[in-house]
Amino acid sequence: MTAVVDTARPALRHRLAERGVDRQLLLLIPAALFVVTLFIYPFLYGLGLSFQPVKGGPLGAYREFFTDAYLRDTIATTLGLALPAALLNVLASVPIAYRMRGRFRGRRLLTTVLVVPITLGTVLTAQGLLNFLGPTGWFNRTLLSAGLVDAPVRLTNNYWGVFFSLIITGFPFAFLLVLSYLSGIDPSLERAAATLGAGPWQRFRRITLPLLAPGLATTFCLTFVLAFSVFPSAVLVGDPSGTTRVMSIAAYDAAYVRYDYPLASAVAVLMGLVELLVIAAVLGWRALLYTGSTAGGKG
Amino acid sequence: MAARRRIVATPAAWLVWGAVIAFFIVLAGVISSVVVSSFGTRWFDTWLPAGWTTRWYGQSWEEFTLLPVLIVTLEVSALVVGLSLLIGVPAAYVLARRAFPGRQLLYLLFLLPILMPPITYGIPLATVLYKYGFAGNLSGVVLANLVPSVPFVILTMTPFIEQIDPAVERAARMCGASTRQVFVRILAPLLVPGILAASILVLVRTVGMFELTFLTAGPDSQTLVVALYYSMSAAGIRAQQSIDAMAVIYTSMMLILLVLALRFVNPTQLVARVREDGD
Repeated sequence: MTAVVDTARPALRHRLAERGVDRQLLLLIPAALFVVTLFIYPFLYGLGLSFQPVKGGPLGAYREFFTDAYLRDTIATTLGLALPAALLNVLASVPIAYRMRGRFRGRRLLTTVLVVPITLGTVLTAQGLLNFLGPTGWFNRTLLSAGLVDAPVRLTNNYWGVFFSLIITGFPFAFLLVLSYLSGIDPSLERAAATLGAGPWQRFRRITLPLLAPGLATTFCLTFVLAFSVFPSAVLVGDPSGTTRVMSIAAYDAAYVRYDYPLASAVAVLMGLVELLVIAAVLGWRALLYTGSTAGGKG
Repeated sequence: MAARRRIVATPAAWLVWGAVIAFFIVLAGVISSVVVSSFGTRWFDTWLPAGWTTRWYGQSWEEFTLLPVLIVTLEVSALVVGLSLLIGVPAAYVLARRAFPGRQLLYLLFLLPILMPPITYGIPLATVLYKYGFAGNLSGVVLANLVPSVPFVILTMTPFIEQIDPAVERAARMCGASTRQVFVRILAPLLVPGILAASILVLVRTVGMFELTFLTAGPDSQTLVVALYYSMSAAGIRAQQSIDAMAVIYTSMMLILLVLALRFVNPTQLVARVREDGD
């Protein structure tokens, strides 16, 4: 049948169709076009801009970033906020989700209540933290009247304020993801281990944790992205010119306060680079682990 | 499913529940201090405000010209939801069903906008949009917000599409349905829950998206989050309580949206496809 057909067009079409290319793929075009024009092109444009500073040659903006300690230190500040916050969010979610995956009364309610903070919005969180943890807030008032401290504990307008806001917004998100990954693990695997005499800790360490690890890596990455891009709360509850001057503030400053677009682009590029490095490290480590099905034997 | 778990808790369980309760206490403190403050007259160094009033709500409604801001928010989010579904669902369909060369690469391409902090691509994007005259008005805000929304729709819809048995489509094709007919008559009705879930989640994300709107909005195209941020960072001009009142309005709006979303979708099913019997 194929031997007789030798016109180029149908043959090409068939050969392409065999490899999975046909007209249905046209449905992808709007989305692909969209990502290219609104994401890839601006990104490359910004990359190009970052190599055209007013002075100092092509690498001038990057040199300025790394020689100016006020700019350079934003990397450490951002990582110092985002890494612990993301780590805590993920680690705290595991035991809580582990307890929640069985069926019990009020489970749906509890999940809903845990989702509520997603709706809070940075401004309400910021106002609430300032009101609640501030020097005259209920928290310090309780500590003072219980005699635990002599002077109010400073928890706002510094590192801790931003850290708490990252926990409040990040934890529900991390928890939801971990819970969904956990409920995807077939409980019969653990039951099988129990029949073989494994205790609860052994079951968790040898069965659940390895199956959960890829999910944890993904969750960590997504919460890390959220925490890494912290901008409004670093300004509102933090100390935006000092201990919580994160990279996004530096980038915004360069673009809209100093109108130095090459520098702003350079900061944005470096920000993406640092973030992708962390994610690559986590995902690279994850690739060493089991990545198969978590649903157990026969599906 | 497993039998009922035991009721008597181990020390580890106490620790876990203790942490959950501590989180809830802080959360309740944060929320209620804003709510109390928004209803209080004067609140300085005391446990509760000196008196109670609702005038902050009326005041913030007028001062912030909240009605136009709400209309802008509504316009932006409706446009973003509609456009991102239109672009995203067909792409999600192809990605869920087909294997073709470059699929992995394309998937990575759609993943990138979600994995990048909004500020990193927001600043170059805003620069480009300003260059072509899109930024500073509604179209710029919508375009910028589409960047994370389209990939989000694709990623949310893919599992929903995978759940549909391809045999249904093949049967329709056997009976002579065209691709368009398959989409409209077979897939769309089956995908309604997924589309609802995706659109409400995109809605929540867009209403809450600060950075991209902040970078591209002009004075007449601010959404509620951005207007709130400006009113709070320019402190001293307005009474703190009226900002509190506005934050309460914003959060109640988001809460209604999210509760609505949860009626259609079990949040834990978004990432991993889990079948839960009953519930």
